[in-house]
Parts: sequence; structure tokens; C-alpha cells
Amino acid sequence: MSDDTRTTGRTRKRKAGAFDVRTFIAALIGLYGVILLLTGLFGTSEADLAKADGLNVNLWTGLGMLVFAAAFQAWAVLRPVRVPVPDDQPASEAP
Amino acid sequence: MDEALRLDANWVDYLLVALYFGFVLGIGLAARRQVSTSLDFFLSGRSLPAWVTGLAFVSANLGAVEIVGMSANGANYGIATMHYFWVGAVPAMLFLAIVMMPFYYGSKVRSVPEFMRRRFGTGAHLVNAVSFAVAQLLIAGINLFLLATVVEVLLGWSLIVSLVVAAAVVLTYTALGGLSAAIYNEVLQFFVIVAALLPLTLVGLHKVGGWDGLTQAVTESPGGAEQLSSWPGTALTGFDSPVLSVVGIVLGLGFVLSFGYWTTNFVEVQRAMAADSMASAQSTPVIGAFPKMFIPFIVVIPGMIAGVLVTEIATEKAAGGEPAYNDSLLYLIRDLLPNGMLGVAIAGLLASFMAGMAANISAFNTVFSYDLWQQYVKKDEPDEYYTRVGRLATVGATVIAIGTAGIASSYSNIMDYLQTLFGFFNAPLFATFILGMFWKRMTATAGWVGLVAGTGSAIGVWVLSGDVLGVIGLSGQGAAFVAAGVAFAVDIVVSVAVSLVTTPRRYDDLRGLVWSLTPKETFRDEDAETLPWWRQPTKMAAIALVMVIGLNLLFL
Repeated sequence: MSDDTRTTGRTRKRKAGAFDVRTFIAALIGLYGVILLLTGLFGTSEADLAKADGLNVNLWTGLGMLVFAAAFQAWAVLRPVRVPVPDDQPASEAP
Repeated sequence: MDEALRLDANWVDYLLVALYFGFVLGIGLAARRQVSTSLDFFLSGRSLPAWVTGLAFVSANLGAVEIVGMSANGANYGIATMHYFWVGAVPAMLFLAIVMMPFYYGSKVRSVPEFMRRRFGTGAHLVNAVSFAVAQLLIAGINLFLLATVVEVLLGWSLIVSLVVAAAVVLTYTALGGLSAAIYNEVLQFFVIVAALLPLTLVGLHKVGGWDGLTQAVTESPGGAEQLSSWPGTALTGFDSPVLSVVGIVLGLGFVLSFGYWTTNFVEVQRAMAADSMASAQSTPVIGAFPKMFIPFIVVIPGMIAGVLVTEIATEKAAGGEPAYNDSLLYLIRDLLPNGMLGVAIAGLLASFMAGMAANISAFNTVFSYDLWQQYVKKDEPDEYYTRVGRLATVGATVIAIGTAGIASSYSNIMDYLQTLFGFFNAPLFATFILGMFWKRMTATAGWVGLVAGTGSAIGVWVLSGDVLGVIGLSGQGAAFVAAGVAFAVDIVVSVAVSLVTTPRRYDDLRGLVWSLTPKETFRDEDAETLPWWRQPTKMAAIALVMVIGLNLLFL
């Protein structure tokens, strides 16, 4: 994710690198997953379980988030966003 | 607001919320640094895959209004709320992609009011820009009010203190995040909201005894089994006759209100306008349509669960009172989620409300500085001057939003209020656009007279309805549907009449703005034919249409 510039012979393109929003999403959801998983394993009281009829919400959500984050990061690594190198780009258009 | 409603957040929850804000700022800073290292941010924005712009398109609309309003509607009316997605939003998004986008993109305008100015001149432009700016301030007020509600519930501050603090936070966030990071943050926001609402829905379903348990509980509730079918939706519209109710939903909500909203709202359309080709511009709303179809399952269903599971709402509903439907989700979060997941839920809600308000405020800015101030007040000033005007407008808009938040707080179901507003502004706008795009004879005078007459008549219907005077026996969202329908019809009739007695514009000036005067090559994207089928907007739109028709038949 840090190899920013990459030039191939004919069409000069570069990876979007850390700018790939998928990396940000995977990182945030992954962190959430870890925190929820730990909370689910070590910080779950009987009252918490009773709230949701015995379901350990944090544990399962945490696991789900980790799976999602891994899949998203895998997608970002396998199919990186390629950005054409700007040569003759017009200035930004948003006012 | 019920004093008893408090969420007991602990340090884990605050950590999760803080992490979210850290990422928001991180994206903003990364975006800013990238600009200075020669890769133009907007270039990378324009070369992003279509799924990103498509999600940003949906996300820009996934504000408090959508999440709180639609779950409130779910608790109040049940499955009929799905109409907002399957009759309302999705068909309108597909229509925008296939029919309207070629005009917007092909004419190279940068804002919706700008299209108005080029088609009809300054009269209609002024009306459009002013009404859009006013609508944004009112809607920003709704978002701010809901944001303050969460802060109040979380920290126990009074509503007015929460309002001022929440406004200050949004102001800082808008200034720091900036416009450049908006699209990335909207995509991130989408996933955080799903991460908050999907588990909530699943836990809720578990608690209520699965889908069967929910249907049973809803059948036994005061709303009865009627709340489990989407048609005819008489409770939603407030019409006694089922036939009229269906007509009201299809024409009022589906055609006029939703088409008006999705096809002329600058906040939405802007995202597709910034695409790199006609094919991507058209793809943006089409791709957005797919997640949009399934959002009601994690918004409306939790609302329905809250309607039967949350004591405060269920008992009040059974007693025939007016429960605080707007708080449905907050109650459900309090009842079901343990610390940890609670933090994710709070982060999701805050994300949604702040981004919603930030979108309103920044859209207001753009239109105020460029379409109003530069066009009509001070023309040829240097660029920095207008940037400064924009900054001041941001502060002004935030202060005004605190005031309009007060108006929003007086409605028990925020959706009633919002649909009323949309009827005033969007329905006539849609009529003028569609007529102007397909009828070259329509004149500049007809442009603004039609808009004023349409908005005027919608306000007239609202005043006569149950909400104010009660002369017409209608209230709630049915009144909004009728007002929108009347506004649309009045706008069309007045525009045609005025056009026939005034001089049309020179047809040469309307090239690219009117269907029959535009060479068809302008609308065609040569590259589109070489793309694989799943990247061609028309084919994907057809698939989306089939899917949404299927969903509509699911809850007959």
C-alpha cells in the first residue's frame, strides 16, 4: 500500500496507494472488529447477555467485521486502483 | 424528548467514536497532503472506480433524515415505508441516470441552478437558487436537531446546549475536512453506518423471535397485519380509499416527489457531474441504486422492531397516543446493544448526522457564493473574495440552522415535515426541468412563473390541509403527496400557458439543453459500447429495475 509510484512502459500509471479508500475502510472496520472481539471475550457481563437473549453481540459482530475487513483489504491488494499520471490535467473544477 | 432516555456509554464506546473521528480527519489530511504532492486530488477523485462515486451518491443522502426519519416511519406505519425506497428513490435514480444525466453532463454545467440559468435565463435561476438555498438551511436544521438529540441522550445536556455544541463541531469538521475529502468520507461513512445498523437489525430480529416473531408481534400490535404489507398503504398516505392511496403513492411520492428530489437536487447530482465520462456519470446513480434497494432492510425493519419491542413506543402506540417515533432507533440501541457495539452504533449515527448537515451546508455555500452573490450582488471580484464569502456563508448557515432546528423539533415524525418541504421545492422544479428539456418552445418567462406558481400552490395546499387549517381532510405524508402533485400540475399548466403568449428563446442558444435541438452524438459515449456489460449504465439500470419490481411484489 505504500509503493506509490510505479511506471510501466507505455501507459504510465500509478497506484492510488494510501489514497485507496478501501485501505481506510478495511483499517477502521478491522480495528472495530478487534476491539469488539476483545470486549466480547473479556468484557461481557450477564446483564449484557440478557439484553440480547443470550447472544454475545460484541463477539459475533467483531468476528463479522474482521472477516469483512480482511476481504476488503484483499480486494484492495489484488485489484489496486490505478491512476493515470497527470501530464496535462486541467485545474480542479470544483468551486 | 423523554428524560429517561439515556445511553450508558463507557470508555470503550468513546474510544470507538474517537477512532471514527480520527479516520475522518486522517482522510481529510491525507487528501490535503496528496494535493500538494502534485497528484491533483480531483483527478484521483475522477478516476476512482464507479462503485466509489456510486456509494458516495447514496451516502450523501444517508443522513439523519434517512436513518431517523425512515426508522420512525417504520415504527409508525410499518412495511409501507418501503415505498420511499422501491417506488420512490430507486426508479428516480435510474431515471436520472438514463434520461436526465445526458443533459447535465453533456451541457457541461457545474450546478443544477446553472443549468436553469442557461436554459431559462436569470429569472428561473434566481428562483431556483433562492429556494434551493432556503431548503438546504431547513434540512440542515433537521440534521442538526437530530444530531443534538443524540448528544443530549449521550451526555445529558439540555437540547439548546447540545444544539450549539453540535453546530460548532460540524462547523469545525466542515472546515477541516473540506470539500476535497467529502467523497472519501461519504464512502467511509456508508460502511460505518452499515456496521452499526446491520448488527442492530440482526440482534433485534433475534430478540423478537426471528421474522416470524416480528410478523406475529406486529399483527398483535395496534397497527395490525396491515403494517406488514406495502400496499395500499392507507395509513401512510392518510387516504381512506385504497385506490386513491395507491395513486397517491405512485404519482405523488413515486413520480413527483422522488423524481423531483433525485433529479434536481444539487447535493446528489453534483457527485455524478464530476465523473470522467458520460458512461461513468450515468453509472453513478445506477450503481447507487443497488445498495439503496437494500438499505430499508437495516433502517425500516429496526424501526418496526422498535415499534413492538421498545416499551416507551409500544405502550404509547397501543394507547393511541403520539410516541416519540424519531427516537425509535435510540431506544432500540439502548435496549439491545452492550457497551462496545453501542459505541459503533453511536459512531454510525453521529457520522450520518454530521455528514448530512455538512452536505447541506456546503451545497448551500456553493449556491450562495457562486449562484447568488457572484451572479447578482458583486460580479467581478477576485477569486479569494468569493472564497471569503463562502466561509462567512458557512458560519451564517450554521447559525441559521440552529434556528431551523427549532422548527424541526416541533414535528413528532420528521418525515412528515421533510416530505412537506420537498413538495414545496422539488416538485415544481422537476416539472420545469422536464418540460424545459423536452419542449423547445418553453420560454424564459414561463420558467420562473411556473416555478413560483408551483411552489405557491404547494404552500396553499399545505395551509389548507390538516397540518394548519384543516379545510382539506388530509394530514401527514398524504398531504405532502397531494401538495407535490398539485405543484407539479400547476407548474406544467402555468408554464405551457405562459409559453404560448411569450416569445421563445433563440433555438441556437438551446443546443445541448433541449432534447430535440441537440445532436444525438452529444449524448452518446463512444467508449460505452466497448465496456463489459456490467459497466454499461443502460444494461445495469435494466437489471436494477427488474430487481426493484421484484422487491415491490415481495410484500404485497
